[in-house]
Amino acid sequence: MCTVCGCSEGTPSIERADAQSAQTQGHHHDHTHDHCGHHHDHRHCGQKMHDSQNHYHGHDHHHDHSGQHAQRGGALGDCGADPAGLKIAGMSSERVIQIERDVLGKNNRIAADNRARFLADDLLVFNLVSSPGAGKTSLLVRAVSELKGSRPVGVIEGDQQTSNDADRIRATGVPAIQINTGKGCHLDAAMVGEAYRRLPPLKGGILFIENVGNLVCPAAFDLGEACKIVVFSTPDGEDKPLKYPDMFAASSLMLINKIDLAPVIDFDLAQTIEYARRVNPNIEVLTVSARTGEGFAALYAWIRKQAAYQRRPVQDALR
Amino acid sequence: MHEMALCEGIVEIVEEEARRRSFSRVKTVCLEIGALSHVAPEAMKFCFAAVAARTIANGAVIKVVELPGVAWCMACSRSVEIAQRCEPCPCCGSYQLQVTAGEEMRVKELEVD
Repeated sequence: MCTVCGCSEGTPSIERADAQSAQTQGHHHDHTHDHCGHHHDHRHCGQKMHDSQNHYHGHDHHHDHSGQHAQRGGALGDCGADPAGLKIAGMSSERVIQIERDVLGKNNRIAADNRARFLADDLLVFNLVSSPGAGKTSLLVRAVSELKGSRPVGVIEGDQQTSNDADRIRATGVPAIQINTGKGCHLDAAMVGEAYRRLPPLKGGILFIENVGNLVCPAAFDLGEACKIVVFSTPDGEDKPLKYPDMFAASSLMLINKIDLAPVIDFDLAQTIEYARRVNPNIEVLTVSARTGEGFAALYAWIRKQAAYQRRPVQDALR
Repeated sequence: MHEMALCEGIVEIVEEEARRRSFSRVKTVCLEIGALSHVAPEAMKFCFAAVAARTIANGAVIKVVELPGVAWCMACSRSVEIAQRCEPCPCCGSYQLQVTAGEEMRVKELEVD
């Protein structure tokens, strides 16, 4: 990994459908920090820099127009070359283009495609997010073991490295595909779309996506899921929702795992729920223990409710 | 870290626009970033320089227009401005807020040659 900017040298790899172990591809990441012709003015570093809207700072900005200057601000404030590349001597080709495009637009389009495929396959998809070690995989191992008898179930596992989690799921007899994100910190919609193609048909069933253990980055990336479930474990500390609000804001359900440890560590459930609802007044809460099985009946009831929600628009359309 | 992925998205947008509109150099990329979005503007500037190297966006300066966070307060039935999530309504102190704006991450405009 580049220690300057944190950018990735590792590329994501997705298991083949018949894979039993992760495949790691060699990858050469040609990466330089040559900022030629480009100055970084870092005088403002370390403090809040944007006190107001429309505050452009630090960058000395030059328009060297030797000829006439066209009015800026239009859709194409062109003052030189046109889109066909024609240039007029003595006129600069600088222009400002209004584009108004969402940075996440590409991911969101792929996520919409995934969602359409999941709906067409009558598949209920949950995106499980948490910090590392909250117990997502243990929770899934129990859930898929208990659900697999009643409907098709599949799992997509996301980790930086190893296929340990997919191996644990496959040991239950449920199909799983491991995505290794390399240095990546989250799953994106394209990875999930590709992994789903490699799973056996799950029509009418449930797909669990276990995201990379990270309470920050996965919040931003829609994968096409019905909803995000944030898994919180009692030793995490009651104030996690306040420390990592984006994830709790993005999730529909907070699943509090390791509830069997609550008496040992003086876990304050009411305080945790109160903090989570400061961030997301609508978040639902369930308590479970992947170790003892406590609370799983309520989780399955919640899943059935989500299935009913998802099918309602389909049934309405068929009517 | 996800700022790297987002900056790759920005470079892709710039490259697409360059093909469509025939420009060969980008001087400035102007972003609109909401106060409640998933990124820190400074991190975006930092990552962009690395991601844009050897692309058409190499050397482009990132300008950020910050948009305020806005939420509907269910208790006072009005729109209020908030600086971050988990802040109470500045008028009544309630946490019953529904975010209505401030999650934007948009490429607003490009200054090109």
